[in-house]
Amino acid sequence: MMDESVSITQIVQRLKGTNLHSQLEKQAKECLHKPEIKLETLKDDVRRLLKASGMTWLSDEKKSIKKIETTDSLSCRILKSLNSMCTELGIPLARKRPVAEQKELTNKWNEMGTDEPGNADTHSLFFHSDILKVLVGLKNPNNERSEDLTVRSHWGLIQVSLNVRDILQMVSLPFFISLPSIFLIHYITVFFRMHLHIQNNTLVSEQDSAAAQQYSRQGCPTGLRAQLWSLILNTTNDPEDITHYEQLKARVIHHDLLVDNLIYKDVKLTASNDDYYFVFEDYLYQVLLCFSRDTAVLEHFNYNCATPPKSCIQSKSGSEQCAVVYPPNGVIPFHGFSMYVAPLCFLYNEPSKLYSVFREMYIRYFFRLHSISSHPSGIVSLCLQFERLLQTHLPQLFYHLREIGAQPLRIAFKWIVRAFSGYLSTDQLLLLWDRILGYDSLEIVAVLATAVFVFRAENLMEVTSLASAEAVLADLSTLKVMPLLQIFLFATSV
Amino acid sequence: MAGKVKWVTDIEKSVLINNFEKRGWIQVTDSDDWNFYWMSIQTIRNVFSVDTGYRLSDDQMVNHFPNHYELTRKDLMIKNIKRYRKELEKEASPLAEKDENGKHLYLDFVPVTFMLPADYNLFVEEFRKSPSSTWIMKPCGKAQGKGIFLINKLSQIKKWSRDSQVENTNSEILVGLNNDNSQLFGIIDSPLHLLICTKGLCFVRYKLGFCRFCTVKYTPSTSELDNMFVHLTNVAIQKHGDDYNHVHGGKWTVSNLRLYLESTRGRDVTNHLFDQIHWIIVQSLKAVAPVMNNDKHCFECYGYDIIIDDKLKPWLIEVNASPSLTSSTANDRILKYNLINDTLNIVTPNGEIPDCRWNRSLPKEALGHYQVLYDEEQALSESAERDLRSRSGQLLGSKGSRSSSVRPFPATWK
Repeated sequence: MMDESVSITQIVQRLKGTNLHSQLEKQAKECLHKPEIKLETLKDDVRRLLKASGMTWLSDEKKSIKKIETTDSLSCRILKSLNSMCTELGIPLARKRPVAEQKELTNKWNEMGTDEPGNADTHSLFFHSDILKVLVGLKNPNNERSEDLTVRSHWGLIQVSLNVRDILQMVSLPFFISLPSIFLIHYITVFFRMHLHIQNNTLVSEQDSAAAQQYSRQGCPTGLRAQLWSLILNTTNDPEDITHYEQLKARVIHHDLLVDNLIYKDVKLTASNDDYYFVFEDYLYQVLLCFSRDTAVLEHFNYNCATPPKSCIQSKSGSEQCAVVYPPNGVIPFHGFSMYVAPLCFLYNEPSKLYSVFREMYIRYFFRLHSISSHPSGIVSLCLQFERLLQTHLPQLFYHLREIGAQPLRIAFKWIVRAFSGYLSTDQLLLLWDRILGYDSLEIVAVLATAVFVFRAENLMEVTSLASAEAVLADLSTLKVMPLLQIFLFATSV
Repeated sequence: MAGKVKWVTDIEKSVLINNFEKRGWIQVTDSDDWNFYWMSIQTIRNVFSVDTGYRLSDDQMVNHFPNHYELTRKDLMIKNIKRYRKELEKEASPLAEKDENGKHLYLDFVPVTFMLPADYNLFVEEFRKSPSSTWIMKPCGKAQGKGIFLINKLSQIKKWSRDSQVENTNSEILVGLNNDNSQLFGIIDSPLHLLICTKGLCFVRYKLGFCRFCTVKYTPSTSELDNMFVHLTNVAIQKHGDDYNHVHGGKWTVSNLRLYLESTRGRDVTNHLFDQIHWIIVQSLKAVAPVMNNDKHCFECYGYDIIIDDKLKPWLIEVNASPSLTSSTANDRILKYNLINDTLNIVTPNGEIPDCRWNRSLPKEALGHYQVLYDEEQALSESAERDLRSRSGQLLGSKGSRSSSVRPFPATWK
C-alpha cells in the first residue's frame, strides 16, 4: 500500500507542469461551474463531464477501436511477406555475425553508406499505398444502418465516421488561437525574435518543458530548435542514454536482421536521392539499425491499438517454437520510413542524441501515422479530417476531382503519412514539426494538406486526369507553411 | 533602343545561349561587328595580347579583364595578397594586425602553399615538422580540376603525381586542415561578379551557390586513400564514381549548409563563418584591384572555391575565372541560368547596347540574386562616417552580431 501511494505521488509530481496536467486542470475547473455537479458525486460527475468534453481515457479508446475492423491484418500481411522473402532469398530473419564481420562493421560504422550494404534482392515490403488500401477498406460494422447520412454524404475515401475537428472548432479552441494574425506576422516577427532571444536563453537554461512547448507553437528560432525540441520531448544526453545507444550499437554489430536489408533499401531509395538529406545517409543507418533492436520501443504498444508482429523462432533442436516479437522493436519499416529521421539530422549531429530524439518522436507521434486507430492524431482521423475540411470548404473542387478519378486523398496521403517529410523544403518542414510538438497533435498535417489543395485550387479545377492533378501538386518545395496555414484558417473561417 | 545587341560566344553552353536569345539579341561571329562577347580564357588572351592590338570600341563589352589571371593564377594571387598585406602593415592599418606568433589575425586565409616539384624539399621540411597533419594536393594549370586529393604520407605524393596524366605535372600542396582528422564540410562554390564602374570598384556576390561533398567519405586510413575517389573534387571527377547520384550530384545548396550549421552549431557561429567568407572575398579582390586594368569594357565573373575546416574557418583555395557552365543536375542548371541572367541584367541594363563612355552605377533594383559586397563609390562618399545606414544596400546577414563583435573591421569594409 505504501509503495503504491509513493509511486502515485511521484507520478503526480512528474505530471505537474506538463501540458496534460494543465489541460486536465483547466477542463476540470470548467466542469466545476456546470450546474449538474453535485458535491456528493463530485468525482464521478467531473469524470463524466471530462469525458463528454472530449478528453478520452486510454482505456475507453481501446474499447471503441474494437468496433472498427481490426487492422492487425495489415501487420499480419506484412509479416507473411517478410517470411516469404526470407524463404525466397534464403536469408534468416536473424543471424549472429561471424567475428570477422563484426570487426569490419565496427570499423565501418561511420560510413556504412559507402558500400552497397544489404542484399540487393530485397525489396520494400510495403508502401504507403498499401496502408491507404487498408484505410479505404475500413468499415465500422456498427454503422450498417442505411440512414447514416454522415457516411453516405461523404465524398472521400474514408468510410468511417470519427469525430474530427473542423476549422471553426480549431480556430476557436486554444488550439490555434496563438497563431498570430497574418497581418501582424510580417512586421512583428523580426522584432519578436530579437526580443525573445533573451527570453529563450532563460527558457533553455531553466529546462522548462511546458514553456518550451508553448514557445514552439510560434515556431522555434533555428539556433535554438534542437534544444527546445529536446526539452519538449524530455530527452537528455545523459551517460545512461549514451550507454543505451552503445548497447544497441553492440546488438547491431553482433546480429544481422533481415529487416536491416529493408532499411538499407529504404535509405538508398529515398533519403539518398533527396537533395536535402543525402548527406546524412550514414546517420540514417546508424539510427535505424539501432532502432530496430530497441525493445524499449515496445512500450508504445501499450497505447497503440496495434500489436507487435510476432514470429516463430525455432530452437536449435527444432523441437520447440516460441513466438517472439520480430523485429525486436515491433516496428517493420516501410518504404519511406527513413524520412521520419532525415529532417532530425539537420538538428543533431551526435548519433546518440539524434537517436533519442527520433525514438521519442516516433513513440509519441510517428507511429500514429501508420497504425490504425481512432485517435484524433491517428492516420484514419487525419485522412478523414483532410477530406472533410476539403469537402466543406471547396466542395466544387472536391467534386471535380472525384469526377475525374482523382480522389484528393490519393494525392495527399503520401504527404500525411510522412508528415510532409521529403515534400516540403527542410526549413519549412521544421516549422511544421515545431507546431506538431507545440500542440502535441498531428492534426496540423491534415490542415496543411487541405491548405495546399486550396492554394492550388485554380489549377486543379482545370485538370482532367489524376496524372495532371498529381503534376499540379508534385512540387511543394517552394511553399511557405505558415502563410499557407494562416490564409486557410483565418480567411476561410471569417 | 538603338538596336539589338549583337553577341558572340565561343562557349557553346545552353545556359548562355538561352539567356541571349531570351533578350532578343542577335548572334553574330567574331569577325562581325559585335557588342557583347562572352569569351573563354584562351580567346581573351588573343583579344588583349600586344601583338593583335585589338581595340575595343565604346559599344563593345567582354566578360573578362585582360589580366584576370592576377587572381586566378595561384602564384599571382599569393603575390598580390602578400603585397597587400605589406601595404597595410606600412600604413599601420588595424587590418594588418598579427598575433603573438606572427600570424595575421584577419588576413590569414590562404593556406600555406608549395608548388611541386619546385618546392619539394621545402615542402618535405614543413611536412616533417607536423607529421600528423593532412595536406591537400591539387594539380594546377587545368581549369576544371582533376580533383583535389588529401594526403598524409609522403609516399602518396609520388603516387598521385605519377598517376596524373597531364603533361604539366605541377602540383600544389596546401595545408588546409588541422591535425585532428574530422569531417570536412566541403567547398563552397560561390560565383562572384566583379564590376568596375568608372568611378571605382564594385563587388557583388551571388547569394545562391552550391557546396560539394565527396561521395566517398574521407577517412585517414590508407586503404581509403588508395581509393581514387576519396577526394574533394569537382563534379567532373565525381561523375565517374559508382556512387555518383544524378539527382543531387553530390552537391548541397549553401542555404542547406547554413540551416544545418545554424541548427547544430548555433546562429552566431554560422554568421561568423559566412561573414568571414565575405571578408575573404572582399580582401582578395581589394588586393588585386590596384593591378587590374581598369578597363571599362570589361566585367568579370569569378568563382571562389573555399574550404571550410571543422573549426568552421574558411580557407581560400582558388579563384576561377570561368566557372563551369556545365550543369550536372537540374538544380544546377537553374542556378547557372539565373546567374547568367542576373549578370546580364547588371552589365547590360535594360538589355541595351553597352555604352562604355558613360558612368555606370549599379542598378540596385535589378540585382536579382546578387548582393552588394563592396561599392567603392558609396564607400568614398561616406568614408567619414561609420554609419550603419550607409550599408543599407549591403545585406550581409545579421548585422546585430557584427556590431557586438570585437574585431575592428566589421563596421566597415572600407
